[in-house]
Amino acid sequence: MSFIPGQPVTAVVQRIEIRKLRQGEHLILGFSIGGGIDQDPGQNPFSEDKSDKGIYVTRVTPEGPAEVAGLMMGDKVMQVNGWDMTMVTHDQARKRLTKKNEDVVRLLVTRKSLEQAVKHSMM
Amino acid sequence: MDTESTYSGYSYYSGRSRGSHRHGERIRDHHKSRSKDGSRSEKSVTINAPPAEPLLGDSSVLGEEVQDDNWGETTTAVTGTSEHSLSQEDIVRITKDLEDSVGLDCRRYFSLTLAVVLGLLVFLTPLAFLALPHLLWPDKLLVCGTACEGLFISVAFKLLILLLAVWALFFRAPRASLPRVFVFRALLAVLVLLFVVSYWLFYGVRILDSQDENYQGIVQYAVSLVDALLFIHYLAIVLLELRQLQPAFSVCVTRSTDGETRHYNLGQLSIQRAALVIIENYYRDFSVHNPALLTASKSRAAKHLAGLKVYNVDGEFPASPATGPENNAATGLAHSQSRAMIAAAARRRDTSHNELYYEEAEHERRVRKRKARLVVAVEEAFTHIKRMQEEEQKKAPGDVMDPREAAQAIFPSMARSLQKYLRTTRQQHCHSMESIQQHLAFCITNNMTPKAFLESYLTPGPTLQYGRERWLARQWTLVSEASVTSGLKEGAIFLLKCIDFSLVVTAKRIPYIQLSEEFIDPKSHKFVLRLQSETSV
Repeated sequence: MSFIPGQPVTAVVQRIEIRKLRQGEHLILGFSIGGGIDQDPGQNPFSEDKSDKGIYVTRVTPEGPAEVAGLMMGDKVMQVNGWDMTMVTHDQARKRLTKKNEDVVRLLVTRKSLEQAVKHSMM
Repeated sequence: MDTESTYSGYSYYSGRSRGSHRHGERIRDHHKSRSKDGSRSEKSVTINAPPAEPLLGDSSVLGEEVQDDNWGETTTAVTGTSEHSLSQEDIVRITKDLEDSVGLDCRRYFSLTLAVVLGLLVFLTPLAFLALPHLLWPDKLLVCGTACEGLFISVAFKLLILLLAVWALFFRAPRASLPRVFVFRALLAVLVLLFVVSYWLFYGVRILDSQDENYQGIVQYAVSLVDALLFIHYLAIVLLELRQLQPAFSVCVTRSTDGETRHYNLGQLSIQRAALVIIENYYRDFSVHNPALLTASKSRAAKHLAGLKVYNVDGEFPASPATGPENNAATGLAHSQSRAMIAAAARRRDTSHNELYYEEAEHERRVRKRKARLVVAVEEAFTHIKRMQEEEQKKAPGDVMDPREAAQAIFPSMARSLQKYLRTTRQQHCHSMESIQQHLAFCITNNMTPKAFLESYLTPGPTLQYGRERWLARQWTLVSEASVTSGLKEGAIFLLKCIDFSLVVTAKRIPYIQLSEEFIDPKSHKFVLRLQSETSV
């Protein structure tokens, strides 16, 4: 999942569709994010490359919409509804995920096991 | 140049030189040194045998302690456990004393007279320059005008300043006698002599012979002489006092018997002056040399050697090795024997390390136990004494004691535990009963706590803290391969031998330090927050 500056990023991604759950006033997705270009990448426990400033899933609430949809802790979020999440600030990422007029968010996430699965299947 | 200078300096005469510059030796004590040596020789003749303690102190190693309640037997510090060597050398020293004293006095007198003569010459020369024309050709002399008389005042005050300056620099009690001539002083004396002689020559030829009438010129000449003498005195200050202040060498001083090491920073000195500084620092910094502490390692060494013996079972040595091969055979045999001994010693299962470990642990425990008893005894003894206030003194003149009597009153209650403690730490010959009582009286007088009183017995202090017989201030010998008047160099090594031990001194140059500067703008201190926030969506 490391990137070479100037080269397009390639990754094996999984498409995850999460339906937002209404809890009182708010629409929640059931997970927490960390990371962003304005954050300290060295403290990210999930990233392989400690200079990766992408958005990572740090927690998934059990029985929440995210877990039901198949999101796992440690996933890196690459796209949200078509918007790129690899070069955004933390706040921008939060905003993209919590738009009030959207009921469904379609994420493209990547994780290490995906690549390995592809490799295995190709062998 | 491979010169070895060994010299033990004894001085019986103190000199105060009137002269501005003096040769070589600086002398230590004043006349009382003579009486002290006399009494010391008497003391060393009546050597008391140490009471029932074996020579190498084996018994102390094993922990058996001879319970000796007779303080009086062990009060003379010349005696001790392994000081047979000391007593023999004592006798040698005394004979050397008597032999050398005659030669030394001549040296003292010689340098002293030279210095006095030079000093008189220097001080009287300007006055002679001024007075001689008036005596020899008074009628031809021009009258001395105002400017000339003003110069008289100048000469007078400059001579006074010169006198005070010479008094300040050279009229000091000598602190040591060094083996060789003090090179800078000798050079300065020669310089002054040459200078004065050349002035006299000029004066004699150009003024006395021609009987110059210009008295003002003569006075100015005398003033220039005094000025130049003041400048030479400035040179003397720089060479003798200032030059060695800036540290240039770091010397490492190690005592050969127990390895105690200290480091000092010295300036550019000759080896003998550096040795003097080191010895003076030795008396302040090193703990007193206690031969009784070394007996344990000596006995271990003896046990190592006594373990193996080599027997020649077959063949005998050739009687007189004539030719080459036979000679080699003999030496080869000896070599192989020593190698065999070393190999056997290495292979032997030596348990002496085990013994050492347990012995040291046991000794440590014993010392701590004795120390605890001692501290308690002393604290209890001190509670019996109370200082009487002024008002009470007038009211109840009953059983009033001065500090000495008070010390004698409370001493018996702590004497036994103190004696046992000193025996355990093998310090008993450093402290006599008299000195302990004196110290106790001193502590009582100055309102010291028991802990303060005990401090001088719990830790061995510097040599000067103990009696004079421990100082051995006159027994130092400088052993050096380089000439002792040459300066310290990088890697210079010399030895300072006292009777029982020697100080090994190594000199290293202090490195040239290159200091660079880095400027930090106070506005450049800026910080950012490194966050890692987690938001739930």
